[in-house]
Amino acid sequence: MYSPELVRPVRFIAPPFTDRGQVSRHLLHALATPVALADDELESFQAALASALASTTDIVRDDDLQLTLFVLYGLAYGSVVDCDERWEWNTALIAGRASIESHFEEHLRAVVPQPELPASTAEAVAAALFELTSHETGPSLARFLAKKATVEQLREFLVQRSIYTLKEADPHSWAIPRLTGRPKAALVEIQADEYGGGRPERMHAAIFARTMRGLGLDSRYAAYVDNVPAVTLASMNMMSMFGLNRRLRGAIVGHLAAFEMTSSIPNRHYGNGFRRLDFGPDVTLYFDEHVEADAVHEQIAGRDLAGALAEDQPTLLADIMFGASACLTVDGWASETILEAWTSHRSSLRVPLQGFSETGMR
Amino acid sequence: MVERASIEAYVDGPLLVRGDVDILDKNGHPVERTRATVALCRCGVSAIKPFCDGTHKAVHFKTDPDGPVS
Repeated sequence: MYSPELVRPVRFIAPPFTDRGQVSRHLLHALATPVALADDELESFQAALASALASTTDIVRDDDLQLTLFVLYGLAYGSVVDCDERWEWNTALIAGRASIESHFEEHLRAVVPQPELPASTAEAVAAALFELTSHETGPSLARFLAKKATVEQLREFLVQRSIYTLKEADPHSWAIPRLTGRPKAALVEIQADEYGGGRPERMHAAIFARTMRGLGLDSRYAAYVDNVPAVTLASMNMMSMFGLNRRLRGAIVGHLAAFEMTSSIPNRHYGNGFRRLDFGPDVTLYFDEHVEADAVHEQIAGRDLAGALAEDQPTLLADIMFGASACLTVDGWASETILEAWTSHRSSLRVPLQGFSETGMR
Repeated sequence: MVERASIEAYVDGPLLVRGDVDILDKNGHPVERTRATVALCRCGVSAIKPFCDGTHKAVHFKTDPDGPVS
């Protein structure tokens, strides 16, 4: 008979990032400990977590809590902390995750504007989502990138985006088995395209990794976690929360629709920014691909995914619109944070990038 | 048997093409198609014609609500 250790050797490799406070410190210590011997660390983690949740004033910008949640979700995705894979379903960590999610969701529901609800028909929901996303203020970051950004800023932009984009489409894919019928077929149609239509080299995350390498960046997942601010982790964590909780399937569907509807036009600007600084098609393919792809996806996401889901399950309508609004709100904060830093000649990163000397090298 | 192709009109937006069809340019040359479902520009302002790039939203393109296909 095989012992579990033979089948799945216990391992821990120190992650390429550091803790941001007591909660994430105790979590990383626990993950470095064999599960059976980690009771003390888990108790310290739970105590630190309870204290942090009681005192946090803005969970979206709370570095320690957002990093903790990011690491906990990373146990489900992989590629964040290389540790004993049994930690994924450890009851103490699941309980910890649920308590952060509860505060995070409550905060989002309090601050994200709830749009007026359309009728529960596919066409009305699609029209309402297109209307909601047409007021989006994000393109100012896109215009800055197109017209003004320096190579250092383009690199920062890729680092900020890498938290989601190196796992592009994955948070929304959690919803596939949670849907049925038309919305499920629509989500699979979009995600199949995101994953390259059967060609691994055309997978959007893989195309983005080539863009990162084209600017001399490390394209391994989590390489830049230390560099990004809490709000960037919050943007990814929100998607993971919506995707990994079946009861929030309306929100993840609305999120995807808003994400796709605010993608084509900004991506044209992003591509232009990289072309302006003489980067070639190997670097700009990612953005050019999204101009075309997301013009398809936004149509399917609006009517056939979100619209059909609202038609099939009208009780999910409010969460569909909430998820869309949450996408615009949280990604709006992340974009504003970047733009504010750049327009006041600061780095947008929590820890600026090291080791690049910008003298026109490509 | 290969499934028949379809062209579907989306309200105030492009035409989505699914299935095995050749898309030809004005000289009759095939246009490279890299995805299973493509959106064809219907408003006339796309910068990547024949494909849609979402610009119809910026110009407030409206399709005929009473038409036979949206």
